[in-house]
Amino acid sequence: MVESALKLERARYERSALVEWLTTVDHKKIGILYFWTSIVFLLIAGFLALLIRTQLIVPGNTFLGPETYNQVFTMHGTMMVFFVGMPLNAAFFNFFVPLMIGARDVAFPRLNAFSYWAFLLGSLLMLSGFLFGAAPDGGWFGYANLTSSRLYSPGLNIDFWVMGLQVLGVASLASALNFFVTIVNMRAPGMSLMRMPVFVWMTLITAILILLAFPSLTVGLFMIMFDRYFGTNFFNPAAGGDPVIWQHLFWIFGHPEVYILILPPMGMISEILPTFSRKPLFGYTFVVFAGMGIAFLSFGVWAHHMFAVGMGPVPNAVFATTTMLIAIPTGVKIFNWLGTLWGGSIRMTTALLFAAAFISMFTIGGISGVMHASVPIDYWQTDSYFVVAHFHYVLFGGLVFAVLAATYYWFPKMFGRMLDERLGKLHFVLTLIGFNLTFFPMHFLGIDGMPRRIYTYSAGMGWDVWNLVISIGGYLTALSFLVFLYNVVRAFQRPADAPADPWDGRTLEWAIPSPPPAYNFDVVPVVRGRDAFWIEKYGAEQVVGPTAEPHGPASGGSPQRSHNPNPGQHAGHGQGAPSGHGGQAHIHLPPPSWFPLATAIGLTLMGTGMVMHASDTLGSLGFPVVGLGIAVVVVSLLGWTFEPIHEQAHA
Amino acid sequence: MSSTTVGHAPEAHATTTGISHNKMMMWAFLASDCMFFGSLIWVYMAYRGRSIQGPYPHEILNIPFTSVSAAVLLLSSLAMVLALHGIQHGNMRRFRVWLGATAALGALFLGGQYFEFTEFYHHGLSLQQNLFGTTFFVLTGFHGTHVGIGIIWLVTLILLSLFGRLTPANAERVEIAGLYWHFVDIVWIVIFTLVYLIPY
Repeated sequence: MVESALKLERARYERSALVEWLTTVDHKKIGILYFWTSIVFLLIAGFLALLIRTQLIVPGNTFLGPETYNQVFTMHGTMMVFFVGMPLNAAFFNFFVPLMIGARDVAFPRLNAFSYWAFLLGSLLMLSGFLFGAAPDGGWFGYANLTSSRLYSPGLNIDFWVMGLQVLGVASLASALNFFVTIVNMRAPGMSLMRMPVFVWMTLITAILILLAFPSLTVGLFMIMFDRYFGTNFFNPAAGGDPVIWQHLFWIFGHPEVYILILPPMGMISEILPTFSRKPLFGYTFVVFAGMGIAFLSFGVWAHHMFAVGMGPVPNAVFATTTMLIAIPTGVKIFNWLGTLWGGSIRMTTALLFAAAFISMFTIGGISGVMHASVPIDYWQTDSYFVVAHFHYVLFGGLVFAVLAATYYWFPKMFGRMLDERLGKLHFVLTLIGFNLTFFPMHFLGIDGMPRRIYTYSAGMGWDVWNLVISIGGYLTALSFLVFLYNVVRAFQRPADAPADPWDGRTLEWAIPSPPPAYNFDVVPVVRGRDAFWIEKYGAEQVVGPTAEPHGPASGGSPQRSHNPNPGQHAGHGQGAPSGHGGQAHIHLPPPSWFPLATAIGLTLMGTGMVMHASDTLGSLGFPVVGLGIAVVVVSLLGWTFEPIHEQAHA
Repeated sequence: MSSTTVGHAPEAHATTTGISHNKMMMWAFLASDCMFFGSLIWVYMAYRGRSIQGPYPHEILNIPFTSVSAAVLLLSSLAMVLALHGIQHGNMRRFRVWLGATAALGALFLGGQYFEFTEFYHHGLSLQQNLFGTTFFVLTGFHGTHVGIGIIWLVTLILLSLFGRLTPANAERVEIAGLYWHFVDIVWIVIFTLVYLIPY
């Protein structure tokens, strides 16, 4: 009955596949769009990293000139943070947060679609700088007054950067508002805050961080824009302006941004480790409150990026202290993950391997991070490859490893197909070796004084061998991603036969088929405790899984067996097609809409017009295009407001 | 009765907290907007008194004039409260009159800002002239933009009510617009104090 009601509803909105994807407001489809888009951007930004490593493979190389090198390293950094890290996290927020809290969608489905389209179009706007040989070249941090004055950055490079980032900022804020409201307001009955999966908790904290940190970047970018376009004096020393103000604005955003990137991966790890240890997360409450502690402290540490600027001993001492403090909640989490593994009946799946590697790699990055907190040591390390090593251990060893773990873990739920475990383990081994070969020697180079952001170096500095090793490591890492892509292609050549619960999971997303139906849950689940699905399967008293239970299909690499360890199945948690239940008349899917895409196009037109205004050839068209963009936004928002969204409610 | 209406009026009891999604989002947005104005105001304060050429603030700020326009904006908050009271008690006439008054007082404030900006410009203060011009126009300009967006919102609500698309059943939509409006007023109290009232 549910199916037939949905068929009716679907027929009503029957559209071609392309139109379907352009107008979808389904959080799962939007999550999949985020996923593939950021994987493509990951490959592009990874390719840029290979260009960097090819340039640096021997001293005095002329493979990339200095101008190109500046564009390549700037776009590598900017893309990895804004086009890859945040949207990859967003892919999993979108797909899994509503499932994990037992909701049928996010609070604002159309706003969600808008976030994706603004992210995509803003990214393309910035990337299009490459087409004009004018990709951003001021570093991802874009320090003023190099970036704020047309004397020092005369091309369009920085204009692409500022306008692209402003569009991406709007996308991030919209998404953060949406997930904040969704998590606070759309939990299934019984899903109290302290019963939420840790991934949901970290998503909530991340949303709050985005809401509070991004405005500072937005304001800073407006100031750079006004300085470049209207001749204001924000960062103009000749008029008394202070370029260090930009550094404060940027890092008040920039340091919380680090936790915006890493808290969701911490949440993913906190889901994956318990599943494959068959134990609940050790010290759930500690992990949650440590996440809050990190988020709170993250607003008080920004100036440790600026020790060498010359703020004076008192600010340096204060920020050194807060930076050391933030290591405490981070350390708490690491011990909690170790405690989760301790004594568990561990299944060595690819997801678990990546998750375990996350703990150790992230710890290395964390330890070198605490080293930077000491001001005298930071004076030595700042602007050297030691810092490059540090943040790659946090962002690659942390974020990328966790996202790969999450990909192997959740791929069956997203696409209904298992990834091959043998290829996955090959992928893992290659990535682990390639990653460490690439980034560990950078510590040595940094201690030896090799500076960051310089396109070449002279022979005879003692840096030749390690640079060669690092470049080889970089190619190996790239190879490991080819294995991953091959694995994905192989998965899509097989039929979609993944069971609903391949890993014997603990959270609600495993209670429904893989991939989930459009309406997620045929009956909204009632949550009776933490690890809600586990309790439904095994009862509340059976906290630790039956160790005698044969391992799940994943460890054998064969996903064929229909896995249903669910003797006391709770009504409404059926794994197959939903049978008739009362109340299906209330299942209502929001209709697709063109307005999110149109609004995002208008917003991007505004940015594009501003870039055009700064160009020599199209300058006169610039402001008309901005006006057109504003008009498109206004008309789309009006259409958005008047579009009926509740007409199906009583079908 | 709410089933006949269109738009964002989910039943309040359907959410976990009992607060509607829209109101919750507005509160979260205002928290974010606090940081937006916080950053702007912080930059203004950091550059306070650091202009290296005139005109300087004490030569040009007209405190009595701006006090009146600040009072106008604060009065608009009173009108907003009365408009909300009107629609919550089903008195659409009173709602429209007071919401119209709110928008008009907001427009009067913007007119005052326009007069002030042109006056300053004739006295030689431009965006480019000095740090005071740069930070003053950008800070108060962003606030004025917020007021402008608020006026468009209020006028849209009045038009909706005239076409019968806004009824007492959706009084919460007015309440949410009011949250935004009051917030913008409070921001002005902060700006007025820091920019105008503290002696230079």
